[in-house]
Amino acid sequence: MRVHNGLRIIMLASAFSTPLAAQVPEQVTLCMPLEPPLLDPTRGPAQAIRELTYGNIFETLVAIDRDGRLQPGLAESWKVSADGLVYDFKLRSGASFHDGTPFTSFNVAYSVERAKRPESRNAQKWIFDPILRVDTPDPLSARIVLSRPTANFLYGLAWGDAVMVAKGSAAENATVPIGTGPYKFSRWVRGERVELVVNDRWWGAKPTFAKAIFRFISDPAVQVAAIKAGDCDALSNLAAPEAIPALKRDPRLAVTTGYTEGKTILAMNNGKAPFDDVRVRRAIAMAIDRQQVIEGAMSGLGIPIGSHFSPSHPAYVDLTATNAYDPEKAKAMLAEAGFPNGFSATLKLPPPAYARRSGEIIAAMLQQIGVKITIEPLEFPQWLERVFRGKDYDLTLIAHTEPLDINIYARPDYYFQYRSLAFNAALNDAETATSDEARNAAYGRAQKRLADDAVNVFLFLLPKVTVTKGSLTGMWTNWPLPANPLAELSWK
Amino acid sequence: MTNSATKIRLGIGSAVLAVMLIAALVSLVWTPGDPYRLAIASRLQGPSSLHLLGTDQLGRDIAAILMIGARNALLVSVGAVGLSLVVGGGLGLIAAMQPDGIGDQMIARTSDLVFAFPVVLLAIMTGLILGPGAASAAMAIAIFTMPVFIRLTRDSAAQLREREFVLAARAMGASWLRIAVRHILPLLLPRLAVQASTQLALALLAEAGLSYLGLGTPPPHPSWGRMLNEAQTYLGTQPLLAILPGVAIALTVMGFNLLGEGLAARLARER
Repeated sequence: MRVHNGLRIIMLASAFSTPLAAQVPEQVTLCMPLEPPLLDPTRGPAQAIRELTYGNIFETLVAIDRDGRLQPGLAESWKVSADGLVYDFKLRSGASFHDGTPFTSFNVAYSVERAKRPESRNAQKWIFDPILRVDTPDPLSARIVLSRPTANFLYGLAWGDAVMVAKGSAAENATVPIGTGPYKFSRWVRGERVELVVNDRWWGAKPTFAKAIFRFISDPAVQVAAIKAGDCDALSNLAAPEAIPALKRDPRLAVTTGYTEGKTILAMNNGKAPFDDVRVRRAIAMAIDRQQVIEGAMSGLGIPIGSHFSPSHPAYVDLTATNAYDPEKAKAMLAEAGFPNGFSATLKLPPPAYARRSGEIIAAMLQQIGVKITIEPLEFPQWLERVFRGKDYDLTLIAHTEPLDINIYARPDYYFQYRSLAFNAALNDAETATSDEARNAAYGRAQKRLADDAVNVFLFLLPKVTVTKGSLTGMWTNWPLPANPLAELSWK
Repeated sequence: MTNSATKIRLGIGSAVLAVMLIAALVSLVWTPGDPYRLAIASRLQGPSSLHLLGTDQLGRDIAAILMIGARNALLVSVGAVGLSLVVGGGLGLIAAMQPDGIGDQMIARTSDLVFAFPVVLLAIMTGLILGPGAASAAMAIAIFTMPVFIRLTRDSAAQLREREFVLAARAMGASWLRIAVRHILPLLLPRLAVQASTQLALALLAEAGLSYLGLGTPPPHPSWGRMLNEAQTYLGTQPLLAILPGVAIALTVMGFNLLGEGLAARLARER
């Protein structure tokens, strides 16, 4: 609901009225759009958790860097057996948790075991599914044995869902996160900010900033005002691309435009009538002019996509011509499906500006083929509860920001409620393929199946517009995964 | 205030309001363009022969949106003030008719209590109960405005209660209700009318404020306040987007205020 934004405007307006603090050299303030519902990335799908904690509070065995490449994290090095089943990790010596607990192979075993538990709320359990067991030959060696070769296993281990936690503190991580990263949790002022302080015992090079503050500002106009007023040293992702020209003219600011892995989709409830009929889904897809959505909602910033796959991946296939924009054909298709006069449906929208704006445009487009849309704006926790977990929706609009997450379509319990044996077979081929060529071809088949089945309407790759003070350097331009590693920031 | 100044105020006030009212009424049957049809290719255009006041960030005709916005603004503010006038006036009369009674005390204290709530908070509460939208915004504004009418009727009626004609009516055996409705209320009507037009100005401003904060009419239905909100990030590219709804709000508020002042001056002279 917009209520929240409104209150935030008022709160921020009062914050602006205090005299501006001079730039504190040891402190950095990052402003991000949404407040995380909790601070444990192993216990919820919200992107905001990862933006705040990944590489700051929590670390993974292997990490993804700003270019999307795998880098050593808590594991210094690793070896994979020829059959692809055994992964030997050499762990970093001297790493420890913020409460003093040393980091050892037992934490690896515990973290995996905890994520695999039936009651675990890990949002990406598939990462751990192939794991047969974790052996701990000595404290600095961990051996993960898989039950089947899994192409993207290491990649999955680099996700926020696979961060390393300790047995003694894991239960409290949602509110008092204890990780191994360069920054320790200090304070959470709900509705406003999270404060972190540097971890002097971190294994890596000493970060520039002793203190870091993440502030939450979702309203695009307030974001612009806050960065101009100097209240934010950096804005991780500006929600109002139309403000870019004006911000670029400001000599104190630096603006970069890059991309996330966020596949922005109009998700349809495939398990609910009338969206269980492929003809209805195709009609909806044909009623939407992608380019116009990108132009109207994002001021043209956004790469069109035709399936649930990022153009940055070598296996990407351009499927934007499948079910291409054709309102006349869409109407005919609806009539064929038994809805010559259209029907009514609700569109539940989470708070990010890209969702609210695209939603309004799409509602108007669907009106043209007779589908009457009622827009229902939701706050993020409500969206997660009702749409994502409860599957209580007709249509919704969201960006899936995890890289290479096409496998969510193989999960029958996922909120799209899509079930296709053909897709599952293609995905399985990709995951068990032994050559890159075969794997990419299989991914291509999987992408094509999703586009043909019009599971969702695939809209565009979400941009990342980073605005920083000209004196700050080190923010990521692209988001191969949503993260703002503070240790990489410094003053010029 | 001189007679001619009063006339000018009344004239300008009613002229501005008449224009807004006509725009709102005409929008029921005709608008210069389809306010719900997007034309992204022709977004953010300046005024032209095709689009009299230009197009917004989604290519919709601004003149058409403003007209429907007038309908929304007038409907919500008139509805809210009307409701508050009827209920608040009624409560005020009841309170005045039983001085120092429990009813009087309760009504007076309740209105003090309601006075303490800001309209935004009221709107959030009505939004939770009725669901966000124009109706809950109107309800919040009505509740917010009500103490004004309660106090005005209660205090004015309390003065009249001691006058001879009331005594005479009582002596003839008239009931309190009859005295209130037949003898006192007609004398209060001019004052209530003046107060109502001032409150209409405030109500319109409150509606714009609530819509600005997302507590009013939901998209895609046009509203002046939300137009202002959405225009903020386009200030650098197309300032008209913010100026036009701002001017519409300012003009209508001014219209209600001039009308109120004019009526008040005329009332003072008639006394």
